[in-house]
Order: sequence, then structure tokens, then C-alpha cells
Amino acid sequence: MSRKTYKPGNYPDLPPPPGTVGIHGWIKQNLFSSINNSLLTIISVVLLYYFIDGIIGWFFLDAVFDAESKIACRKIDDGACWAVITRRVGQFVYGFYPEAERWRIDITFLTMFLAFAPLLYPDIPKRKWLLYFSLIYPFFAFVLIMGGYFGLQKIEYSLFGGFMLTVILGVCGIVCSLPLGILLALGRQSKLTVVRTLSVCFIEFMRGVPLITLLFVASSMLNYFLPPGTNFSILVRVIIMFTFFSAAYIAEVIRGGIQAIPKGQYEAADALGMNYWQKTRFITLPQALKISIPGIVNTFIGLYKDTTLVVVIGLLDPLGIGRAALADTKWNGLSTETYLFVALFFFVSCFAMSRYSLWLENKLNTDQK
Amino acid sequence: MKIKMLLAGITAGVMFAGSVLASTLDDVRARGKLNCIINTGLAGFAAPDDKGNWAGFDVDFCKAVAAATLGDANKVNYTTATGKTRFTKLAAGEGEILSRNTTWTFSRDVDLSQTFIGVNYYDGQGFMVPKSLGVKSAKELDGASVCIQTGTTTELNLAEFFAGNNMKYNAVPIETNAEAQELYKAGRCDVYTTDASGLYATMISFDNPSDHMVLPEIVSKEPLGPVVRHGDDQWADIVSWVLRAMMAAEEKGITSKNVKQLASQDNKDKEINRLLGKDPLQGLSKLGLSADWAVNVISQVGNYGESFEKHLYPLTIKRGMNALYKDGGLHYIPPIK
Repeated sequence: MSRKTYKPGNYPDLPPPPGTVGIHGWIKQNLFSSINNSLLTIISVVLLYYFIDGIIGWFFLDAVFDAESKIACRKIDDGACWAVITRRVGQFVYGFYPEAERWRIDITFLTMFLAFAPLLYPDIPKRKWLLYFSLIYPFFAFVLIMGGYFGLQKIEYSLFGGFMLTVILGVCGIVCSLPLGILLALGRQSKLTVVRTLSVCFIEFMRGVPLITLLFVASSMLNYFLPPGTNFSILVRVIIMFTFFSAAYIAEVIRGGIQAIPKGQYEAADALGMNYWQKTRFITLPQALKISIPGIVNTFIGLYKDTTLVVVIGLLDPLGIGRAALADTKWNGLSTETYLFVALFFFVSCFAMSRYSLWLENKLNTDQK
Repeated sequence: MKIKMLLAGITAGVMFAGSVLASTLDDVRARGKLNCIINTGLAGFAAPDDKGNWAGFDVDFCKAVAAATLGDANKVNYTTATGKTRFTKLAAGEGEILSRNTTWTFSRDVDLSQTFIGVNYYDGQGFMVPKSLGVKSAKELDGASVCIQTGTTTELNLAEFFAGNNMKYNAVPIETNAEAQELYKAGRCDVYTTDASGLYATMISFDNPSDHMVLPEIVSKEPLGPVVRHGDDQWADIVSWVLRAMMAAEEKGITSKNVKQLASQDNKDKEINRLLGKDPLQGLSKLGLSADWAVNVISQVGNYGESFEKHLYPLTIKRGMNALYKDGGLHYIPPIK
């Protein structure tokens, strides 16, 4: 390369020397910066190769995606036997919901996004109209899923199961527990003794009792108190318990948010002559909720995952469906495949929730970080 | 005037309560479906197939009762229950029958106010160990860690057996059979104990079943049978005679294949005629069943032996105690006359 001379103060921007930029430069700097590092890199790559090779082999290359039974799977190849999933995917998603009626679940699920969109994304076009839809959505979903009205076939709750059950329990629990939690948090801060005492009692009781106990109460104890023949489905009872349980936690998370607001904010509100509800609506809650987002989402993800506990009272959530599949002599023993599939489902839904909460935090971020 | 109104209210309330407490059979007929409480999944006894239809030995019995009372074996709603929730579900009226390999014991029968209508499977608690453990008898299991299902009679049996032989054990409590399989395979426990039928079902699910063995000791009596609530003798009679009809059919050689033919002809054995509705069976109307009740059961579900072969032979379970008395087993059926 020929050397050029420049007048002082007249240098053009030269590219950095080769070997320090781009993929080449990055590899040189990070993987092969010294002899020791080079050795480590080579050893790691070799180990990684064997590791990934085995995993990919088991997951994909040697896996069987469709077969009659576990024995048929093993005859074809010795990797994962995904046939247990592919043959039963309908059961994993819809439980025992009748096949001819499954479109109702599909529609309910798809319109759920439409109903949630205006609540989750404030900038969405035509938000006002969508909000009306969100308002009627619970009734719409209830009628569509349970049936019994408008000529729709009535579906027994005992046929519910799989991911559909998880989503129903999770979404109902989350949607109902947030407003209840806010009320409880405000109640706990209230100056009215009765309201405060009741809120404290409720929160402390719910937090002091394991969820699994509450589920047993829902499944067993309530039956004794209600008159025989009462048609109060276990599904509703479980949703109520989930709601109460997570509302207690949400209340404490939000109380933390409320208490983090500087006192000057309240004083300023008082100075403006705001009454309690105005103060709560315009000053306290917007700030408290924003601070509490990570904690709230944390509780929601916990609640969502806790829905798997319904297995102990005999409801067949994805884990229960998986276990039932394993009890079929055809698929007996394929637990790794089954549990991995269920884990994937939970990971995807929980990861989506946590991403949304990050997005919301950034969007509402003013400058208090 | 006020007192009269009050009385009228109370009377109406009592009448309403009376209508709620109609006979179980009427409830089932009005609904058009039988509610049956079954296992959440136990190989051979109750498991859903790929299409979502429950099948198994216990499920067959639900179907048989539906066939007898409603004329259609498919008119059953299945409700699943774990070992802990099954009795409360039955007591709360979530099902008319509990058909979930439930052991008949004194306290369950008397204290929990239930009626065991008979035994459809004689089982006994056994121990499964890996052959590599080198144990030949359950009496050599001192200090072993044992996987055990909670809320079952096996828990108590285990404690009594070990205490009786002056041995110690570490219990590894588990909730379901599937969970037990995992823990046992992972070596978390040396021994898995449950009813022998369950052990065989678990064993054939392993990749190498021959590496494991069921120890010779059977440490308990486990007469498993369907259960109904106290208080409706008509219903209890129906359910118990459905079971006996299935067994009697096997004894008399009536199968799902030949039942229609036997029902249409006059048989030498008058008991077959009475069972299949050819000759009158004294008192059948008191049960509220039609004359072809047993024909429906046997043609749609099969006799006891057929159900056993279909669901339990694949698990390598032999008839053993569960053969009819004439074949050296324990099932002895009262005469149908």
C-alpha cells in the first residue's frame, strides 16, 4: 500500500486497519486473542459439537414424528418419539372438547386478541370501538365456550382440558385479580377502619394459605356447604380461588407502588382541592401502577404457571393430559417428550408476558429510572 | 296470616328439596347420561385413546351401567379424580358411580357413608425393584427408599409391613402413577410399591422390562370395586347386578358375539333365559330396568372375561384370583333367579 501524505488539518477519515473490524476482527479479538484463549476456543467448539449433535439428533434427526405407538416409534428410529404429541395434539390443545365444536374455542381464542388489543396497546387505531367489544367479550366468550344458548350445544365442564383449560384459568384469574387487587390495596391504605380491617384480613389469609389448600377447598369443602344438586361447576370454583389468591399478592405489590410515591404528590393534590377519588384516579394509581408493573407481571406469570396445580384435584390441564397419554399402553413411558412439549408451551406464553411488560415499562418510562 | 305464609314457604321448600332428592336412576334418565368418576390415567384401567375416548377395565364398567340403565354404553360423562378427591367428588354428587380401582375397607364403607357394590378386581400390594438391587424378597428391604402414592391404602400397608418385620424405610411420597414411574426410573427410590396390577402396568412401560421384577410378597388384600353413595338401595342394586350379570355371562358362556342369538332362542339353561329377558325375572321392574338390560350390557361392553382380556392381558396381567370360582378364582356369583 502506498503511503500518502496529507497537509495538517486535512486528513480524511481513514478506515480502521484490517483485522480489527468485521467478523474477522471480532473473531480475532474475542476467540483467538492469545494462545490460551485459542486452545480454550477449540476445546469448547469440539465439546459443543458433540453436545449439540446429540441434542439435535435426539430432537430432530433421529426423531420419529408419526407412528402408531411407542413400539412402532422405536422400530423406526431411536430418537424422540414425537408421535405421542402429533397423534394427540388435539387433546393437548382442547382436552376432551368435542371435535365438531372445537371451532368455538378457536374463535374465542382469536377474538381474545381483538378484545385485549385496545387494553394492552393504547395507540391502536379505532380503539374506542374495540373497547366496546372488550366490554362484551367476557359474555361472548362464556356463551361460546360453555354453550347452551343460541342453539349452541351445551358442553360439560368435565370435557375441558389441555392448553385451553390453562388459558381459561390463567386469563380469567389475571383479568379478575387485577381490579380486585387494586381495590384491596386501596382498602388496606384506607382511613375507614372496617374497610381496612377487612382488606388486611383477606390479604393476610390468602397469602398465609398455600394455593393447593385453596384448591382442595374449592374441590372438596365447598361441596359440603352447598346444597346437593347445586350446579356450581368446579371450573368456576377454581377460577374464584385463583382470583382471590393472586389478588392478595397483587394488592401487596400495588401497595408497594403506592407507598413509593413521594409525599409531595399527595400534598400537591390536596392543595389543588382534589377529593379522594380524584386523587386516586389522577395522582396515585397512574404512578403506583407504573412502578408496580414488574411485580404485577411477576405475579401473573406465577399464577399462570400455578394453574398446573389443578392436576391434584383431577382437572386435566396439559400436564394432566400428558399423564393420561402416558397411561395409554400405546405411549406408556414417553414422559420426556410429553413434558418437554408442555414446557415449551408454558415457556412461550410466559416469555410473551414478560416481553410485553418490558415494552410497557419502556413506553411509560418518564425519567424516574 | 303471616304464619300461614311462612308455613306455605316451608312446605314449598320441603317439596323442592324432595324433588332434588329424586332417585339416582331418575336423575340419570332425566339427564340422559351417566356421570362416572374415573382415574386420571392408569394403564389398563382408565386412559384416553388418541381420539380422546376413555377406555379401560374401570371405564368398561361405567359403560356397562350406562348400557343397562340408558340402553347405550356411550352415554357416559367421565369425571377424573385423584386418590384424594375421589370420595368427596362422589359424595358431592359429581358422579353416580366411582369406578376407580378403589379398595374396599371398613372405614371407607362405613365412615365415609358409601356403598361398595362388589369386587371387580382382586388385587394385592406388591413391590417392584430393579434386578440390579439384588433383592429376592421384600423382607430384605430394610432401609430402602420407597416410592408410594399418597392418599391410598398402600401407605398404611407399607407402614404395617415394615413395622411388623422390624424394618425401616424412607417414604418418597408421590401423587400419580406417572410420577412414580419417573422417580423410580431416575433411581430416586429403590422400590416402588402399589397394587400388583399397577406394578405390571408400570413395568411394561419401561424400555427394558426384564431389568425389573415384582417381589413374591403380596402384603395386603386389595379388593377393588365400584362405589356408590349411601341411601339409594335401588341404584346400588342396579350397579351391583350389572357387575354380577357381566360375571354370570362369562360363567354361562355368553359373549358379545353370541348374546343376540342366545337372547332370541329358548335355551336349556333357564338362567340364561332369565338373564337375557327371555323368561321373566322376578323383581326386575323394581330396579326400573327393561327386560333387555343384560343383553345391552353384554352386546355393547362384553362379559367380565372379555373386558379383562381386552384391557388387562396387554399388561401381562393373568386372571389368577380374578378367575371365576369354577376356574379356581374368587369370583362367585349369586344365582340369577
